[in-house]
Amino acid sequence: MNDFHGQSLSWELKDGVVEVALHRAPCNEIGSLTLEELEKLAAALPSLEQSAHALIIYSSLASGFCAGADLRELYHRSQEMDRAAALKGVRNYLERIHHVMNTLDASPLTTIAAVHGVTFGGGFELALVCDLIIADKMARFAFPELRLGLIPGFGGIPRLKRDLGNAVVRDLLLTGRSFNATKAHQVGLVSQVVAEGEALRIARATAAQLGKFDRRTAIAAKQFIKPIPYEELRREIDIFCELFTQPAVEAGLRKFVESTDAQPYLP
Amino acid sequence: MHTLDHTLDEILALAATHFKVPREKLTPDDDFFKTLGIDSLQALDLLTRLETHFHVELPDYELQGVTDFRTLASRIQARL
Repeated sequence: MNDFHGQSLSWELKDGVVEVALHRAPCNEIGSLTLEELEKLAAALPSLEQSAHALIIYSSLASGFCAGADLRELYHRSQEMDRAAALKGVRNYLERIHHVMNTLDASPLTTIAAVHGVTFGGGFELALVCDLIIADKMARFAFPELRLGLIPGFGGIPRLKRDLGNAVVRDLLLTGRSFNATKAHQVGLVSQVVAEGEALRIARATAAQLGKFDRRTAIAAKQFIKPIPYEELRREIDIFCELFTQPAVEAGLRKFVESTDAQPYLP
Repeated sequence: MHTLDHTLDEILALAATHFKVPREKLTPDDDFFKTLGIDSLQALDLLTRLETHFHVELPDYELQGVTDFRTLASRIQARL
């Protein structure tokens, strides 16, 4: 399937580059619908990889790249069932999203996240599976999960540990503060910071450059330099599920869902 | 030496320009959410523009509960 147009995301293959556009308002929150369509992408990758050398993922919404997991859906679904069933549902959701993230992470395609605006939580984790992050100078990155009594659950901590120094990981995780693109570039998270509105164009130019290289060599280089921390990723799911049963989590989710705070995105 | 008044002036000018509000309509004690008509996402946008303009890092938690330009200026001033 070279082209797909879904409700949350779409992709098309053109000139050896798979372009994946996220377009679920308000800010590409990842709920069950987005997960289903991400699974379609993961399933289509082996076929796409026959004709492509690169993949770009970006948001076509002005609000940002992705605000993370759909906390409203998570809260409402967990309210409809008892605690054991809710926990089982969360674990199943995490197993599925990890499968998608791991598939993208391990893809032989060279992957680029072209991000702008809000790149928080699960959105940040989606960017982290990519080989390169190209950021609009107005992009912001954060892991605000601790204020909900949780840790990032889509593979964020193991992948941050892979890419950055531990002190920076602790700063992002334990304070929940957001980094702007310049700071993210300074710490090595972002490969290029570009002018407003230019991330996708620069990502396309970068993808075109990558197409000049021998594919087998590029794949070997990626596999050599980018190990996937499977064991830590499994551990992350376990810790997330352990924490999810805490009363503080339900209270945190309810507070978020019912909030009339003008700044709900701020940690 | 960047004084608090100078910082405040620059914030008001930046906000007026970016959010297309006449500069003379902005005063230091205005609630910037109301005066600029911005939501939380646009507040993050403003935060990024201020960090870039003043070459500072302003952790989000320092803005918890901050809604007026004067207090915002004092938070930035503390990092100049």
